[in-house]
Amino acid sequence: MTTLQADKELDCSGMLCPVPVIKTSKAIKEIQVGQVLKMISTDPGAPPDMVAWARQTGNELLDSHQEDKKYIFYFKRLK
Amino acid sequence: MQYAIRNQPSAKSMSKSDPNAPKRLAIIASKGTLDWAYPPLILASAGAAMGWDVAIFHTFYGLPLLLKDLEAEVSPLGNPAMPMKMPFGPDGFQKINWPIPTAMMATPGFNALATTLMKQTFKNKGVASIPEMRAMCVEAGVNMIACQMTMDVMGIKKEDLIDGIEIGGAATFLKYASENAMCLAF
Repeated sequence: MTTLQADKELDCSGMLCPVPVIKTSKAIKEIQVGQVLKMISTDPGAPPDMVAWARQTGNELLDSHQEDKKYIFYFKRLK
Repeated sequence: MQYAIRNQPSAKSMSKSDPNAPKRLAIIASKGTLDWAYPPLILASAGAAMGWDVAIFHTFYGLPLLLKDLEAEVSPLGNPAMPMKMPFGPDGFQKINWPIPTAMMATPGFNALATTLMKQTFKNKGVASIPEMRAMCVEAGVNMIACQMTMDVMGIKKEDLIDGIEIGGAATFLKYASENAMCLAF
């Protein structure tokens, strides 16, 4: 697995739907186009939700994987 | 959710074949209990996070959700699907769905107890509170519309409601909804 470099990290551990989606949408606006946001969630509903969010908002989901009980996402701001 | 109606997009504007067309969501919140307050606020804030244009029409018992002094309660009475669970103790204890007799649900203070237990359970699980959800909606630019007729009926004044909302009637909401919005009613 390649290690991605994140320009900003957002920890949504312990938060349930829809808070991770809302916090991610705010955080992605705080980085520049082309930069990468790392988001950590413990919500089992996050994987499908974050895929849907990325498709809807036109941001690229570079990678998502699970580490223990944490779901890790890397988003690249595209616009 | 009692009704979920997806508007037929008009042929010349948004179509299913154009995924880049702006998406709009029109929600009706007509219930004011703690449990019913969640779905419209969750979907509205999530829609705004998806970059959608979202409005909630607060009518009937959904209007008090816009009061500055927000106090939503829940009642298990007449709400047979609502589990009665304890937000503390070991996992096995927390999973017990307590068989509360209906007559006991009608005793004074039972709503307050059920409300406290539900709020504590939601907090323990990491669910945002109703005031937090509402603040997230407002911050994300969700268009909160207060029903003028309900304000008149309930004697609620503009200054009783939170700032940054719109006041309108059925036509205000329907005009918004008619412009290619998906419609959800709670």
